[in-house]
This record gives sequence, structure tokens and C-alpha cells, in this order.
Amino acid sequence: MLTLLAQLTIGAANLVAAFLFLFGLKRMSSPATAASGIRLAGIGMVAAVLASFLYVLNIDDSVKPYLLMNITLALLALAIGGVGAWLAGRKVAMTAMPQMVAIYNGMGGGAAGAIAAVELFGNNAHDASQLIVTLLGALIGAISMSGSVIAWAKLQGVINKPLRIKSQQIINGVVFLAAIAVAGWIVFVTLSGVDPLLSISSWTYIFFAIALIFGILMTLPIGGADMPVVISIYNAFTGLAVGIEGFVLGNPALMIAGMVVGAAGLLLTLLMAKAMNRSVANVLFTNFGDIVKAKHSAIKGTERETAASNAGIEMR
Amino acid sequence: MSFDFTITGFVALHIFMLAGFAGWVIIGNVPAILHTPLMSGSNFIHGIVVVGGLYTLINASTTQEQVIGFFAVLLGAGNAAGGYAVTDRMLAMFKSSEPASKPHRSHASKKKH
Repeated sequence: MLTLLAQLTIGAANLVAAFLFLFGLKRMSSPATAASGIRLAGIGMVAAVLASFLYVLNIDDSVKPYLLMNITLALLALAIGGVGAWLAGRKVAMTAMPQMVAIYNGMGGGAAGAIAAVELFGNNAHDASQLIVTLLGALIGAISMSGSVIAWAKLQGVINKPLRIKSQQIINGVVFLAAIAVAGWIVFVTLSGVDPLLSISSWTYIFFAIALIFGILMTLPIGGADMPVVISIYNAFTGLAVGIEGFVLGNPALMIAGMVVGAAGLLLTLLMAKAMNRSVANVLFTNFGDIVKAKHSAIKGTERETAASNAGIEMR
Repeated sequence: MSFDFTITGFVALHIFMLAGFAGWVIIGNVPAILHTPLMSGSNFIHGIVVVGGLYTLINASTTQEQVIGFFAVLLGAGNAAGGYAVTDRMLAMFKSSEPASKPHRSHASKKKH
């Protein structure tokens, strides 16, 4: 009876949280109601976090000896992470906001990656599709984490110059393919039972390392002025990773919130790139200086002089 | 007696599809001035990952799982709390200068820089 009540409470809290997130986001999209929107979303978050402690009533017998330690760790992590980030967010100068968003976004990506890591190391996946989905969430989360940290470092002035090396796109492509290949190897070995050369958990470490390196390599060549668009992309990535981990854990609140942020973040990225007169592909895959030089090398057309008073009529 | 609350398979794909559509529609036609606050606000919303971290940590049964779960909750809590603090401060700039009175004029024009 107690476990049923706990399950119902968790389910109801998650439902309320999902509704408040959507409603809050809707209110945040208009200047007049924006301030109340974040409050509503905050209430949803608090409700979901408090309710999730009811999971202790519904655990496996094998977990019971660890339970006290787990709850202590959970409270400690909530206190350190929550209070630390809260104070940092309150204190930081208004001009330093974008890099704070980047670092918090990186934290979210890291959390999604960590959840995936627990699932992978614990060998919790039951079939191929679940394993593939977990690996996908881990990949996106890890890229988002390391990429966001680089974005933060650039905006904070820790890294001053964009690092560009020859044939960078090819190197990035190879690293990305390597991550996919390792993921494929993990799936193949787990399913077929072939000798994996190294242990599967070593391959999982390698997979995370390559994914983190790819996030760094992908962000390093992009200049500081483009960082808001890049942060927005990583925001969408983290949302997607959270949604995928929600699917792995079977938690609908994570699925809904993550996917909403994934789609909203994608649209925001497109809008921000459009406001800069650039395409997203242009931001991600070309070096800003090069493209300007190439485009404006030859000016075509004729020059006509006109008086200022005529300009209005000319432009009509 | 217990109910199964997990959502799998095609039901999950339907939820993904509807949630993605909802996110797209909600953000559509937003003024450029709100791009950064909305990015920050959606950044806060994916802080819900802390709930997944709590679930993982509470169900941890090895030291490795405890360590990774600890970091999942730590990072997720940082995402949620920091995201809220930053977004709240950004959006406070959109509030009218006299918070007690009822809003009756355009708030965007009163925003202080």
C-alpha cells in the first residue's frame, strides 16, 4: 500500500511538473508574463525533486544495505550543487550571464551522461534498442558537456583565440566516426558475446573519452562572437540527452521536459542564427574570418551618388 | 498490488513527437529580445535531469554507481538551481518599476539596461 501511494505521488508530481514546465515556458515567451513563467517552472521543479525521494519506498532488496549511504550522498549532492550554483548565479555580473548559462548547460549534459554511464556500467540494458538509445544519450550528453565548458572558457576569456588547425573538419569527422564505431562495437560485443579484446567497461570509458574530446574539438575553432548560437545548440543537445535518458529510465517528466527543450532549443538556435544573418551550418563549420574575405573580394554593380533628401524616396 | 508507470515503445515515441511539437509551437514568434532569457529558461527546464540522477543514486548498489550517481545529482542540481537563479535575474529586468501596481502598459518599454 505504501509503495503504491509513493508511486502515485511520484507520478502525480511528475505530471504537475511537466504541465508547469510547458505553461511556464509559454509565459516566458512574452515579455509581460515572462517573470511569472520561471516561478511556475520553479515550483514544478521543486515538486518533482521532493517527490523523487519517495523512490526509497520502492527499491530492490539488493539496494537496501546501501540505502542510508545513498540518501546521505543525494542530500549532500543536492546541497553542494544546488547552493553553489545558486550563489554563483546570484552573484555573477549581468554581462557574464551567457557563460553562466553555458556552464549550467554543461552540468545538465554531464548529469545526463552520468545517468547513461550508470546504466552502461551496470549492464542494465535488456535489448539492443535500449542499449543503442542509452549510448546515444551518453554521446549527446558528453558532447554537450565538454562543448559547453569550452564555450564558457571562451566567453570568460580563459581561451582567447579560436584554435584552428589544417583540415580540422576532417579530424573532427574522424573523431566522431571513432565514437560511433566504439559505440557500435559495444553493442555488437554485448549482443553477440564475442571476446571484446578489452572489457566492456574499458570500452565504455574509451567511448566517453572520445565523445568528450569531440565536444572540445567541435567548439575550439568557433569564435567568441558566435558563442550564443553555439550555447543554444548545446542547450538543445542537453535537452535531447535528458529526454533520451528519461526514455531509458522510463520517466515521462524527463521525456517531456527534455524533448520540449530539444525542440525549443533547436528553433531558438535557428532564430538566433537568423538574427545574425548566418546559417547554423555556417556558424558551426566555417571560420568566420575566411568567409568574409571570400565573399567581399569583388564588389559588383554600379555606384550612384545621391542627396540625403532623395534617399527616402529612393528606398521606397 | 502495484501499477506500472513506465512508458516504453511507441507510446514513448508519441510522447516525444507531441512534446517536440509543443516546444516548437510555444517558442514560435518570440521577440528577439527574449532569445537569451528563453535559452536560459529552457536551460533551467532540462535541469529536471536531477530527478533522473536521484533515481539512479537511490537505486545504486555498487560503489561505482554511487560515485557516478553522486556526480549526476551534483551536476543536475547545479543545472536546476543555477539555471533558475540566472533566468530569474534576467527576467526581473522585464518587470515594471512599481511591482505592487497592476500591469497596464507595455513592460518591454520600461525595461532598464
